[in-house]
Amino acid sequence: MLTLPLSSPKETPGRSQVSLSPAGGGSPQGGSGGAQRKPRRDSLREIFVIVGAGQAGAQAAYTLRERGFAGRIVLLGDEAQAPYQRPPLSKTFLAGGLSVDRLYLRPLSFYASNDIDLRLHAPVEVIERKVGRVRLHGGTRVEYDRLLIATGSRPRMLSIPGGKGVDVHYLRTLQDAFRLRTKIAPGMRVAIIGGGYIGLEVAATASVAGAKVAVLEAEGRVLGRVTSAAVSEFFASAHREHGVEIHCNARVTAFRGGERLEAVTCEQGTINADLAVVGIGADANVDLARNAGLLCENGIVVDEHCRTTDPNIFAAGDCTRHPNAWLKRQLRLESVQNAVDQATAAALNMMGNECRYAEIPWFWSNQYEHKLQTAGCFDGYDEILERGNRDSGRFALIYCKEGLPIAVDAINMPREYMAVRKLLAGQRTQQQPSESAMSENREKFVREPAAWRRETDPLQRPYAKHYLRSP
Amino acid sequence: MEAARDNNIRGIKAECGGECSCSTCHCYVDVLWDKRLPPKKDDEASLVEFAWEPRATSRLACQILLTDALDGLVLHVPMQQL
Repeated sequence: MLTLPLSSPKETPGRSQVSLSPAGGGSPQGGSGGAQRKPRRDSLREIFVIVGAGQAGAQAAYTLRERGFAGRIVLLGDEAQAPYQRPPLSKTFLAGGLSVDRLYLRPLSFYASNDIDLRLHAPVEVIERKVGRVRLHGGTRVEYDRLLIATGSRPRMLSIPGGKGVDVHYLRTLQDAFRLRTKIAPGMRVAIIGGGYIGLEVAATASVAGAKVAVLEAEGRVLGRVTSAAVSEFFASAHREHGVEIHCNARVTAFRGGERLEAVTCEQGTINADLAVVGIGADANVDLARNAGLLCENGIVVDEHCRTTDPNIFAAGDCTRHPNAWLKRQLRLESVQNAVDQATAAALNMMGNECRYAEIPWFWSNQYEHKLQTAGCFDGYDEILERGNRDSGRFALIYCKEGLPIAVDAINMPREYMAVRKLLAGQRTQQQPSESAMSENREKFVREPAAWRRETDPLQRPYAKHYLRSP
Repeated sequence: MEAARDNNIRGIKAECGGECSCSTCHCYVDVLWDKRLPPKKDDEASLVEFAWEPRATSRLACQILLTDALDGLVLHVPMQQL
């Protein structure tokens, strides 16, 4: 969603076009105004090291090359695979409908042909800030001029008796998904610990595969942290219709069994199970940053330019705690949107631009035939406007605060999702949105569906004209 | 979309990876090809309507399944994605 213009398609992509300018391809945000520019450096000799080859790390490498960075890029991943998409791991890939080849973010040949030094199985152990280098497991050292930390997050562990058993699964990596996929089978009893996105998506996939699934949620409703009661209720019902048991207020105390899992014990009772999948949230991977003396508070603290407390070290993706100018607060997000957009901004800033990261968060989840699409942050809403019809399985909730939309949850209603997402982007990009303009927006787009449709007629394109800043 | 991604076509972001969820693989079908593609389904139509500068020929690349009949298909990439 970054509104930086793409370079003209006539330019040759990659390195050949590049001069010695560290600012790279023309960013509109690049260093205007009175701020003192950093001394120009020879970008051909610069070395940018990226720690973490997930969605964010990979995106940063792609952006650097796309925008003309001509120096060296070292992309260090601790997994065995080249960068791949994680979202399908709980959905189509887990269901067996997608080959590994189609998970890769780029074909394997891409890295060599774009001169990206991708090193797999290369976990970084220490950042030696004083000398500007990282040390890998095994002792290899890699020097950097600028460093990007994109270490992601890891599943929160359930530290209870039996929690380390072979039938207790977590889902984060391709390896995790492979292991889980080979075990899910018709008739198998699967206990899902945690009714968040991961838990519910795995529940849906396992249920469709013929497993007998029970979801154990510690709080009063599923998806309680991320959405409102109506959406929780919709998905709980959808799961029940597919034969999935949903148990709320179920605090798991132990996994019982011998070599193989037999049951999951809760405070309220016992659920027999052959397999358990734990999805109770994720924690940012901050150890590397913290040990290097960088400020961390539930994530690596970065500013709106994705800089850590060391000006030569940037961070992006799940691992960051970042300010969002639009939301006016600090947050940590675990999403593809955040990984891609923040890494793009970070890469541009590593090249010497001043690109602010202030995007509208968005997210999606597929469960059975239902598609949930969400944008914005619903915290602090004081009113919900509803479109569609819950009984028909197509509805959208538009969350408002003080009369303005701040978020949307759309179930099988992509048009409403996109309209609000774009409306939020429009609010964000207005320099000083006046109260009257905002309330006019609201009357026009939120209260009056017909007006909304007129305004969003693709052939007229007034929406883009009104609400998107020109590149 | 996958063909574009695998060949590193700039301007196809495809953030959701082909789920018809984000509209960042928006493209314009060349007028000579426009009528030869299968029509849009409702969810694609909804997303594309709100893509960056949509036109009558707008499609989401992730919803175009390449078949032999589409050999030679010409698509144009917009100036930016949402």
